[in-house]
Amino acid sequence: MTSTSRRASGGAGRNVDLIVFAVLVAALLVAPLAVYPVLLMKVLCFALFACAFNLLIGYGGLLSFGHAMFFGFAAYVSGYTVKTWGFSTELGILAGTAVAAALGLVAGVIAIRRQGIYFAMVTLALAQMVFFFCLQAPFTGGEDGIQAIPRRPLFGLVDISGDLSLYYVVLAIFAAGFLIIWRTIHSPFGQVLKAIRENEARAVSLGYAVDRFKLIAFVLSATLAGLAGATKALVFQLASLTDVTWQMSGEVVLMTLVGGMGTVFGPIVGAAVIVVMQNTFTGFGEWVLVAQGCIFVLTVLLFRRGIVGEIVAIARRRAAAGEAVGREAPAGG
Amino acid sequence: MASDHVIETEGLTKEFKGFRAVNNVRLRVARGTIHALIGPNGAGKTTCFNLITKFLQPTTGRILYNGRDITAMKPHDVARLGLVRSFQISAVFPHLTVLENVRVALQRTLGTSYHFWKPETSVAVLDDRAMDLLEQVGVESYAHLQAVELPYGRKRALEIATTLALDPEMLLLDEPMAGMGREDIRRISDLIRRVAANRTVLMVEHNLSVVADLSDRITVLARGEILAEGSYEEVSSNPAVVEAYMGTGHG
Repeated sequence: MTSTSRRASGGAGRNVDLIVFAVLVAALLVAPLAVYPVLLMKVLCFALFACAFNLLIGYGGLLSFGHAMFFGFAAYVSGYTVKTWGFSTELGILAGTAVAAALGLVAGVIAIRRQGIYFAMVTLALAQMVFFFCLQAPFTGGEDGIQAIPRRPLFGLVDISGDLSLYYVVLAIFAAGFLIIWRTIHSPFGQVLKAIRENEARAVSLGYAVDRFKLIAFVLSATLAGLAGATKALVFQLASLTDVTWQMSGEVVLMTLVGGMGTVFGPIVGAAVIVVMQNTFTGFGEWVLVAQGCIFVLTVLLFRRGIVGEIVAIARRRAAAGEAVGREAPAGG
Repeated sequence: MASDHVIETEGLTKEFKGFRAVNNVRLRVARGTIHALIGPNGAGKTTCFNLITKFLQPTTGRILYNGRDITAMKPHDVARLGLVRSFQISAVFPHLTVLENVRVALQRTLGTSYHFWKPETSVAVLDDRAMDLLEQVGVESYAHLQAVELPYGRKRALEIATTLALDPEMLLLDEPMAGMGREDIRRISDLIRRVAANRTVLMVEHNLSVVADLSDRITVLARGEILAEGSYEEVSSNPAVVEAYMGTGHG
């Protein structure tokens, strides 16, 4: 009895995660055979963005309504450094990501002083400041954005001018970002972060300086959102105002909610659903937004846990039922 | 002299927009005792608690812990000194497992709490110690359930196990028996008596039979001020206390 009850908790769940991820990556490796690589890259960029956002809300319990500032501003920085300063591809992405991290540190220090809806409002306000800065600053190209960002060979060796080769680079970036998030969630830090999400006052009474944990989570999330934005700029060879708008901040909330907040794979599924929907229904113009609104309302009303969240809940219920049967059997004998 | 008292407050006062919730309280908690803080609703007991654990900042007054002035400290630093509190509503981490609840408290000793790059298995070395603590409070068979699924009394037991994980010198229990049935009250009473053997306990409690049973010394608060202090017999025979509880003076 004791030996089984002392097994490392959550071990099975962790392995399932990694198996699912391996299958997902395997599927993505062959996906370009069936799906247009640019669409896949767009999905992957938004999936990484949503995963980064999910780290904050799903595991830290912090609702940021300004994540577009990291995503969009990193896109500008990588676009500008590559196009105007002649940075190499990898250095451009690194620059965008680093600036997003610095911006995350500043925004985090300011926003984390407040809680709940006030935290969300502060992040929104800061994101709007970044938006107006991008609108006015000369280097962003205003309404035109930064266009025709060159795709230079990666590390000076790998040609990424073709969509297919770039796709595999994007896939590698996405996989690395996902694994960083996954490790963070399943780390000593992640344990404390979850405890803070669950009961902040109690975490304080256990001696944890909760604001520092929140700040680290915020900066990590901002950094990875920046990585996603910087990558997207190279995929579309464009950095524009769209990516720093508050609508973009809203979209990542929607993706995460639809897929399943606080689940490992939910944001990926949510991003895929929203991006594919936007692409499929572009002909309908504004009606896409109406459809998105309806999906949002339905998710909140009927599928609170999101797509992946509901699947996990069903699986858990099945497992619990199975375990109950298993437990009764030896007791009877 | 100061070492006789683990906690000493001097002129402790807290005002909320002109309302004095706690007024000039001089509370002294002797080492190794169970000290109860009682009083009618709104007497300022929980506010006192929040002040001592620094969840609230006093308007005026000083708080000494082992003779050391902690008035300006942050709540998590106070906890690190060994002054650990519980909460009125049961304070577990509902969607962590029972084991994880205790382990997260133990984890601080590893010094890796900020390490987001280390695997979770690196904290598994604490599992045995966590199980021991769960056994001490009798919830070890629930170790892998989520805490939210525990019955109420067991949640309070888990909360105490989590608190004990820090090996605190002093425990502050805010209404440990609130909302409990008789069976659970007996179990938690025994538990408190056991953990208080080599510690100091300050508790707020409404259940007077529990207070009579457990406490060495009682302080009665009313309207933010100390009304009486002493053993249960002394306090319960004090006419001012009886009046404060029954409200005969207002009739």
